Amino acid sequence: MSKQNNLLGWIDARFPLTKMWEEHLSKYYAPKNFNFWYFFGSLALLVLVIQIVTGIFLTMQYKPDAALAFSSVEYIMRDVDWGWLIRYLHSTGASAFFVVVYLHMFRGLMYGSYQKPRELIWLFGMFIFLALMAEAFMGYLLPWGQMSYWGAQVIISLFGAIPVIGDDLTLWIRGDFVIADATLNRFFALHVIAVPLILIMLVVMHILALHEVGSNNPDGVEIKKNKDENGIPLDGIPFHPYYSVKDIVGVVVFLMIFSAVVFFMPEMNGYFLEYANFEPANPFKTPEHIAPVWYFTPFYAILRAVPDKLMGVIGMFAAIIVLFLLPWFDRGKVHSIRYRSTAFKGLLVMFVISFIGLGYLGALPATEGRTWFARLFTLGYFGYFIGLWFISKNEKTKPVPERVTS
Amino acid sequence: MKKSMILFAGLLLPVMGWAAGGAIYPDDDISIDWSDKAAMQRGAQLFTNYCLSCHSAQYSRYNRVGKDLGISDDLMKENLIFTTNELGEQSKVGSLMTVTMNQEYGEKSFGTAPPDLSLVARSRGTHWLYNYLRGFYLDDARPFGVNNGVFPNVGMPHVLAELEGLKKAVKEEVEDSHGNKHEVITGFEQVSEGSMTPEQYDQAVKDLVAFLDYLAEPYKQTRKNVGTGVLIFLLVLLILAYLLKKEYWKDVH
Amino acid sequence: MSSEGIDKSRRRFLTAATSVVGGAGVVAVAVPFLSSWNPSARAQSAGAPVEANISKLEPGAQIIVKWQGKPVWVVRRDEKALATLDEITPQLRDPDSNESIQPEYCKNHTRSIKPEYLVVVGICTHLGCSPSFRPEITADWLGGFFCPCHGSKFDFAARVHKGVPAPTNLVIPPHKYVSDDVVLIGEDGVA
Repeated sequence: MSKQNNLLGWIDARFPLTKMWEEHLSKYYAPKNFNFWYFFGSLALLVLVIQIVTGIFLTMQYKPDAALAFSSVEYIMRDVDWGWLIRYLHSTGASAFFVVVYLHMFRGLMYGSYQKPRELIWLFGMFIFLALMAEAFMGYLLPWGQMSYWGAQVIISLFGAIPVIGDDLTLWIRGDFVIADATLNRFFALHVIAVPLILIMLVVMHILALHEVGSNNPDGVEIKKNKDENGIPLDGIPFHPYYSVKDIVGVVVFLMIFSAVVFFMPEMNGYFLEYANFEPANPFKTPEHIAPVWYFTPFYAILRAVPDKLMGVIGMFAAIIVLFLLPWFDRGKVHSIRYRSTAFKGLLVMFVISFIGLGYLGALPATEGRTWFARLFTLGYFGYFIGLWFISKNEKTKPVPERVTS
Repeated sequence: MKKSMILFAGLLLPVMGWAAGGAIYPDDDISIDWSDKAAMQRGAQLFTNYCLSCHSAQYSRYNRVGKDLGISDDLMKENLIFTTNELGEQSKVGSLMTVTMNQEYGEKSFGTAPPDLSLVARSRGTHWLYNYLRGFYLDDARPFGVNNGVFPNVGMPHVLAELEGLKKAVKEEVEDSHGNKHEVITGFEQVSEGSMTPEQYDQAVKDLVAFLDYLAEPYKQTRKNVGTGVLIFLLVLLILAYLLKKEYWKDVH
Repeated sequence: MSSEGIDKSRRRFLTAATSVVGGAGVVAVAVPFLSSWNPSARAQSAGAPVEANISKLEPGAQIIVKWQGKPVWVVRRDEKALATLDEITPQLRDPDSNESIQPEYCKNHTRSIKPEYLVVVGICTHLGCSPSFRPEITADWLGGFFCPCHGSKFDFAARVHKGVPAPTNLVIPPHKYVSDDVVLIGEDGVA
């Protein structure tokens, strides 16, 4: 026995290192027919790491104090060696997180990755999405610019729509009569430690649940149904090395796009860093046009599309809740869009158009015409779930192959 | 695969493009040449002479400006540092570009405190600045006798009037799509001469805006240089990673 | 899946090449993060050279100025104090300052540019306490500085005594005389 094996044996007797390595990597059998859409899971994990590392370094210089926050960010950008890079990585990372997660979720919709037996994976994923939104929202207050301030003002005021307790609730969340130092300080605490802990925990659960039931694939067939004499799925390949080397390619391509943004257009034309946020928060002057950051705009558009304040808030939250319930809206047995009915494809196209349409409108000032479009898209958004419930019961599907196609 | 690419592009669509603001006059385009250090130096000179007594640039340091624009510490002290510290001594070359005017005094004099200008090129944009600084015209209704075609009823006086001279606005009445009548500015007429010709003044404003653009993101050039290196490195890594993937996937049939 | 026809050496080469290049990338990424711990422009500005006016400094007196956040003493030694420097030599650990930190132009008998004025960083070379000035000369104390933390003793040239915890003499910072009355601490050069 070599020295290395001795050491490994010593560890293995005390900690399941080899066992974990095998269970999750070298003997985790993933379907061999993953396509482009299957890069985004590992990429989301990469972005999480980027955010945690850059975030830790930012907290070393940032001051969560209403009087100092804005200038401490500029201090990081100008006076700290390479501070601008760390900050841009973090600000771009926030947007990249949502790009990647939205694409990851869309993959799930296309290939039925939320269906039985993967409902829990989907639910953990949805909780990740929710935590991510909370994380992004609270993080956006920290630079203490005009958009930080007024964005937080508007979103927290939403809770005021809740009957009876609304006003007290908003007061309690802010800890002051307006967004103030107290709000900033508590959002900082939540943003840098509380929510990240929850996020990491949820990510672990998401992956554990995935590795328990095994990955879905673009054909939506269960690879565990066809195993060889050793019990290895015939259409499965070990995650390591095959998908680890493949994901490295995805990671490098992602990093190229990511770097292009970080180094050449960190503001992304005002979508990733809003122009008004280069002005310090001023509680007496609202910017002419408040728009949330792009990743919230679809939900913000739903809020504005509904004429009643309370109903608007309910509509916005319902838009997220229906996503949670997706595994039960879909009563179909066939997973992949490849073998589902034209009606399903039509619904999904409608959903994508509605979601993008809402996102586009949510970033623009509301006009009468735009509000009507937003209402139409809101119907399209919810229509997907309701339509799915109806069409999926007796859906005319194509025959699903026994084995995955390549 | 093709279909998925189209969908992917579709998801990115809302990220592209950003609508422009309302009607302003003047509305001329400006392009800034970051390699033209001389223009930025002239802009710095204008900035410290005309702006940096009411407005601060409190996130920026003199010696950083000097280093980036190629001005030595001694030259900075002689020609560009007019501010003082709390003891009344000339500001140190390593200090922030703050001013002694306090917020309250500013509000009393101008209605609103003169904002810090460190980031104005990022919050307002260079296009806005270039036209704003060329948009002052005579208006007796205003406390300082001037109004602005880009920032109507602005509290700031025309500080650069000794350079530009004074202009009056030529206005026309137009009807919008709702049938409401508005007065819009369609041109300026020179009323009194300044020390510069209009062309020289435009160039001076351009220099000043170039400096403000620099001031808003002093590390912009570094950022792009580093970025180019990073992308080249990633391209090399991509080739290797792709070959590695290809090699391993020979096993998969 | 099959393992026939695998070019093992090509596989090994590509794995190694990707790992090396990727590893170099990770190291390069670490640089900005580690650099962000360097003193920032603010710290450097605050730590810029400071001027001390010594025109009102009486013989035997000490003034303290702050440089890079540290106390720097300027002591004007009188004739009596200067006379002790020879007498005390046998009691010292490093009388010629061979193991101590000072600019080349202060590596002399008085550890100073002008014999009268001692400019020294007032931080004990043991564990960073700030010693106190004890100029009164008595039978068993020839004057100098005493560190209250662990009892280290230094003479009028800030040289360390034998048998105390501090290992070396106190540090002389770079400094120069801008004029007869003004000393600039933090910048080299004999003016």
